[in-house]
Amino acid sequence: MKKYFAQAYIWLLLVILYAPIFFIAIFSFTEARTLGNWTGFSFELYKNIFSGGVNGGAGLMAAIKNTLIIAVIAAAVSTLLGTVSAIGIYNLKGRKKKTIQFLNNIPMINPDVITGVSLFLLFVFLHFSQGYLSVILAHISFCTPYVVLSVMPKLGQMNPNIYEAALDLGATPGQALRKVLIPQLRPGMVSGFILAFTMSLDDFAVTFFTRGTIGLETLSTYIYADARKGGLTPELRPLMTLIFTIILVLLIIMNVRQARTEKVKR
Amino acid sequence: MSKRSNWAIPYFIFLVFFVVLPLVLIVVYSLQDGNGGFTMSNITRFFTDSDALNTFAVSIEVAVENTLICLLLGYPAAYILADKNLNKSAVTVILFILPMWINALMRTLATAELFNVLGFTLGKGTLLFGMVYDYLPFMIYPIYNVLLKMDNSYAEAAADLGATPTQVFRKVTLPLSMPGISSGILMVFMPTVSTFAISEFLTNNKIKLFGTIIQENINSSMWNYGAALALIMLVIIGLTTVLLGGDEREVEGGTI
Repeated sequence: MKKYFAQAYIWLLLVILYAPIFFIAIFSFTEARTLGNWTGFSFELYKNIFSGGVNGGAGLMAAIKNTLIIAVIAAAVSTLLGTVSAIGIYNLKGRKKKTIQFLNNIPMINPDVITGVSLFLLFVFLHFSQGYLSVILAHISFCTPYVVLSVMPKLGQMNPNIYEAALDLGATPGQALRKVLIPQLRPGMVSGFILAFTMSLDDFAVTFFTRGTIGLETLSTYIYADARKGGLTPELRPLMTLIFTIILVLLIIMNVRQARTEKVKR
Repeated sequence: MSKRSNWAIPYFIFLVFFVVLPLVLIVVYSLQDGNGGFTMSNITRFFTDSDALNTFAVSIEVAVENTLICLLLGYPAAYILADKNLNKSAVTVILFILPMWINALMRTLATAELFNVLGFTLGKGTLLFGMVYDYLPFMIYPIYNVLLKMDNSYAEAAADLGATPTQVFRKVTLPLSMPGISSGILMVFMPTVSTFAISEFLTNNKIKLFGTIIQENINSSMWNYGAALALIMLVIIGLTTVLLGGDEREVEGGTI
């Protein structure tokens, strides 16, 4: 009895939580310009996205491209920087370790607006022209802490002697890194990369403050501007649905991987 | 071994440059007038600016309400999800976490559109609903994590020693899940106060939250006042973090 109540509660919450997303997803399969009108099943809006025939012009396509470029670069650099730093931090001791871990936590605790405003002031202060590069640097700064946190536990699980063993057996430090250290850390690096990628993809506030005035639009800022003009461009419905599906798949892959590595450990 | 600790140096420099310096700059800009001279007027202006003070009060009110609702709805959900007898499927857990990975702006717009189509007037009610909808996963997840790691033998021992289920919950489970509750509160309260864009979309521009006035000032080139508002926000973040026990790792370590 108790179990059924519990299950009912969980599913009720989930239905409410997902209602708006399903609502958007359902109406992505009809052509009606106004949301809530059903004018028959159609893939027209999906076709529009891929053919670039969106009535907002090339704006949406450019925004999608920018979002992906920024997310890939930011996630790749964060993964590299985060992994190297995690190895460094892991080998630090005492107050130095505490300090850098504290600094690493700040971007995760800070609300987006604060991160955005503070980085905006940094670029203003340095007379650094804001655009692609400033946005990417800003994204790296809030993504890297998550990579560090994903890689750290893997270092803890690793046998510290195998790296030394590789060196003793004649491997160069570079070889030991490539053949021993990296394979051990790879699961952490992969989840760190996925985490950083979705963080960057999702960001609105930080991009908004650091993109400058050159008219750089990412998906979030495009949607923001679009919604301020009143009403969403219909093509955003299939886009939201696609993004939702992609993230769902990524998250499931990540969880399956995790479950598998945990099973192997046992 | 000591050489590999040097690998943290580039990141340390990066953090000083992109995390510490920007925060210092918030303080510096908030204490400057337009010409770079020292002034306290940006800070004092906030305390005489009825518009900003009002927004501030509304933000705190909405954030408190949102946090409470999320806690009341989220705790039972986290409890059920973490209980092996009540929930066996890992999928429901993923489904609760999933919205955290989707752009809050998109989710909010979807909610606002749904309200529009259903004929609700956008206002305080829809704002709270939308906020709960946006932040509930952030409350559930940390509580779920703590409950999952919790050693069940404490609760079992209490039950064996004659405690009623209510007593077990109040005296054992709830106190042990406090670290999860505090990080949940931290993850819901601060972001609610500081959101911008979300509140406008959910209320049709009727209700502004604190993040919005920071953004408005920065965007209209009133950097110094915007920085001062951001500084006030930072002080509140510092206070809540300290009040809620701050360092998560220490709190977590304490429960083991």
